[in-house]
Amino acid sequence: MIVEKAQVVLSVRELTAEVEGTPILKGVNLEVKAGEIHAIMGPNGSGKSTFSKVLAGHPAYEVTGGEVRFLGQNLLELEPEERARAGLFLAFQYPMEIPGVSNLDFLRVAYNSRRKQQGLEEMDSFDFDELVREKLEVVRMNPAFLSRSVNEGFSGGEKKRNEILQMALLAPKLGILDETDSGLDIDALKIVAQGVNQLASPENAMILITHYQRLLNYIVPDFVHVMADGRIIDSGSKELALELESHGYDWVLEQAATEVGTR
Amino acid sequence: MSIQVSPMPIPNPDEVSLKSALTDRDPYLTELLNQCQGLSIQLLLEPESISWIQELRDRAAAWVRQCILPTTKDEEWRFTDMSFLKQLTFRALPQRLELAASAVAPLTLSEAAHSRLVFVDGVYAPTLSSVASLPDELVISNLAGLPLAYRSRVRDYLATAQGAAEVFTALNTSGLIDVAVVWVPKHLIVETPIHLLFISTASGTPTISQPRCLVVAESGSSVTLIEDYLNQANIESPEEGEAEVGEAVYFTNAVTEICLEAGAQVNHTRIERESPAAFHIGKSAITQARNSRYTCNAITLGAKLSRHNLEVFQHGEQTETTLNGLVTINSQQTTDTHSVIALNYPHGTSTQLHKCIIADQAHAVFNGKILVPQSAQLTNAGQLNRNLLLSPRARVDTKPQLEITADNVKCTHGATISQLDKEEVFYLQSRGLDATAAHNLLINAFATEIINKLPVASLRQTLIAAVSHQHL
Repeated sequence: MIVEKAQVVLSVRELTAEVEGTPILKGVNLEVKAGEIHAIMGPNGSGKSTFSKVLAGHPAYEVTGGEVRFLGQNLLELEPEERARAGLFLAFQYPMEIPGVSNLDFLRVAYNSRRKQQGLEEMDSFDFDELVREKLEVVRMNPAFLSRSVNEGFSGGEKKRNEILQMALLAPKLGILDETDSGLDIDALKIVAQGVNQLASPENAMILITHYQRLLNYIVPDFVHVMADGRIIDSGSKELALELESHGYDWVLEQAATEVGTR
Repeated sequence: MSIQVSPMPIPNPDEVSLKSALTDRDPYLTELLNQCQGLSIQLLLEPESISWIQELRDRAAAWVRQCILPTTKDEEWRFTDMSFLKQLTFRALPQRLELAASAVAPLTLSEAAHSRLVFVDGVYAPTLSSVASLPDELVISNLAGLPLAYRSRVRDYLATAQGAAEVFTALNTSGLIDVAVVWVPKHLIVETPIHLLFISTASGTPTISQPRCLVVAESGSSVTLIEDYLNQANIESPEEGEAEVGEAVYFTNAVTEICLEAGAQVNHTRIERESPAAFHIGKSAITQARNSRYTCNAITLGAKLSRHNLEVFQHGEQTETTLNGLVTINSQQTTDTHSVIALNYPHGTSTQLHKCIIADQAHAVFNGKILVPQSAQLTNAGQLNRNLLLSPRARVDTKPQLEITADNVKCTHGATISQLDKEEVFYLQSRGLDATAAHNLLINAFATEIINKLPVASLRQTLIAAVSHQHL
């Protein structure tokens, strides 16, 4: 929802980044305010996923220029864990499997690191157990998944639900969902989308990164941005997503090429 | 095909004397032998027992005089350089240091509070031991405390396992002064875990001690053992006393023989957490009769240089052998695990998982031999060695060695070498864990797979904490 005079959560100015010397982001601009849901769409290789990883602080990407402010802080100065503790959350496209670490322990350690940041006491296992069972409802997840190793042997849908469960526990100010819809069947997609809708509030913001319009049938964005060749080349309301769906990305790419040409 | 398990027993001294020109070939080894032989049997035993033990010692000593210490030119010692050892002169202590019960208390296990034998520098410490919670039928003691009938029975088992002629095993036998004996009579199921604690008191001058164990599990019996090697300095100040612990230079040369009779079950945990400058050579020689089940959980954390020779010999059909190993080392430690599983009969099963965590400039060696001769049809043997290298200068030499001549068997083996996965670290960081906590969690997860197999909860916690502390 668009809220009058809402706090600016994320402000990105002319962000450029490269991986192993290859420029991927070529000047991204974006402003996200509390309460808003933004969708970033674009063809494969346009830089959408890179953008999400750069925001989360992935070490493989080098920021070469521009500025990112998160809740007024210089985000680019922070370590990945500091970004997480400050309230930025990335739901991974491919969540990692971590054999030997129980999901419950992992969730508790993550939760307590956020609490510590907020100046709160760490929550003991007993209270945490109760909390996590409550949050399981958000994604209708079977409690049996808590005692298993993190994501190990989980199906695609279970992994994505586990990501949303983590988001529910960490209650971030900004949730970035990187292709959360990829590899999900329609039932799993609905459950994940309902989970995200429950978590969205006037206090936080979401960025949905997606290739397809499908997810946006279930999570309605306030803004849709089109990314191509490392830049956001078009922004609009949710209708832009429908236009993309019916016309494909070709016209966008053509437009991008023209724009570059006219520069 | 060459089977390098040195199956011969220790040769007879008469035969040895014929070859006297070949004795005392290695002056360093001779000096070590003289030190060990200098310790006499101080136990209150009847003359017959003293006499057969002395005879066993002499025979082993005569054999050792013909041996030389292994060098990296020996195939079995290719990756493990013992030449450091020769730079030091080890003395055998005639008397052990008295340790207060309170000093040992931090090392005891709550699950084995009254099922414990303690040996200090290889010598039995009755005041530190307690076996009150164990069933009366169980025979557990040092040699002198054994019921008379068992003293002669011990003779039929002691130093009889294959591989007794291996130089360090024979050195141990040549200086044998006492034995920790656990004898489980027929069909007795011992629920309480038994803690066999071997403490070295070495601090200043380099010393050698040679602990010895004999375990006999009679048919249909079951027992859980925890064999534990460490230095007393580890006890007093595990945290702040590290510099001091580092100075404790000593050599532990341990031998344990475990004999499983038909249908017996032994769950054997072996923990080597000697001080960082120590040398540790350990032999576990296991013989398994038909339908027996043996599990070994070998955890290696300590010593500057350590070697575990784990040898399992099958003496009947349908045996089950499970070997779990965890090596976790840093700085300049070297740890060598040489295991042998000799499956000689049909329908045997063996499963082996050996994991190593190697940091700094440490060096791990794994050689896993599995012998499946023609007689061992329908064997099912699996082996996996997984290594986690935490630094660019960490090193591992791994060698699965399957020698199979039977044609109707299932044998698999594999070895993996990896580093901490950067994507996994980032995933954890993105959830708020700092880099150190993320590394720690992943290292612990790697170790936990083995540590969780240990039968005693308090030990699992201690070891997980030790692994974390080691790789901080």
